[in-house]
Amino acid sequence: MTDLRSPVARVRGLGSAKSGTHHWWHQRVSAVALILLVTWFVVSLILNAPAGQANVRAWVSSPVTMVMLIMTIPFGLWHAALGMQVVIEDYVHSEGMKIGLILLIKCLAVLAAVSAVVAMLRMAFGG
Amino acid sequence: MSSANRSARPLSPHLQVYKPQLTSVLSITHRATGIALSVGILYLVAWLCAASSSADTYAIFAWFNGSVVGRIMLFGWTFCLFFHLYNGIRHLFWDAGYGFELKAAYNSGWAVVGATAVSTVGAWLLAYAVR
Repeated sequence: MTDLRSPVARVRGLGSAKSGTHHWWHQRVSAVALILLVTWFVVSLILNAPAGQANVRAWVSSPVTMVMLIMTIPFGLWHAALGMQVVIEDYVHSEGMKIGLILLIKCLAVLAAVSAVVAMLRMAFGG
Repeated sequence: MSSANRSARPLSPHLQVYKPQLTSVLSITHRATGIALSVGILYLVAWLCAASSSADTYAIFAWFNGSVVGRIMLFGWTFCLFFHLYNGIRHLFWDAGYGFELKAAYNSGWAVVGATAVSTVGAWLLAYAVR
């Protein structure tokens, strides 16, 4: 088969998305991590079924919950941002709107991750 | 090109008469549940922020979560979470090169449907039993 790509495109190996397999691989790595983290999340939520603000605070403040949540939520947001990026790339065809929306999604993910961690630290140490 | 020749050729799917397959339905459901979960994780973060905030702020979330609409949304997110988890594992096997045969793809698809139904209902029954 004749390769229509230029030698420089071939040697860079980044394909039409211009980022190689970077996005695809990160989506898979976060997926594998989330299999374990989500399983923990579901089991912990069912076992503790925290009802009422005081019980929620006690649940979040326990070291195991906090460590697991501080991994689960940012990993989940990262995976969500990568997934939403693909959805936007598939359906939004105007280049400016596409880049704008992807940046917005990433900002939202970072904001949510930091907010979640601050909220948890506040519950555990804020008094 | 004659009209007789044209009618003999296969046509692209007509949505009005299109018979969906399990594989394509699960594929689009994976994307739909992913979008729903992206909203769901933001709701989870908002709930955590409310829990760390005043009693009045948390009371709004507690009221909404206990309402009929709130419960339907939480049940929906439970379904989305289990579906996306199980179908995601199915996707990871495909990524590794396994389960591409038509029969295997259908079997794993029905396994995802069954496991999602059992887990979603089971999780809610267990949560109520523990409480």
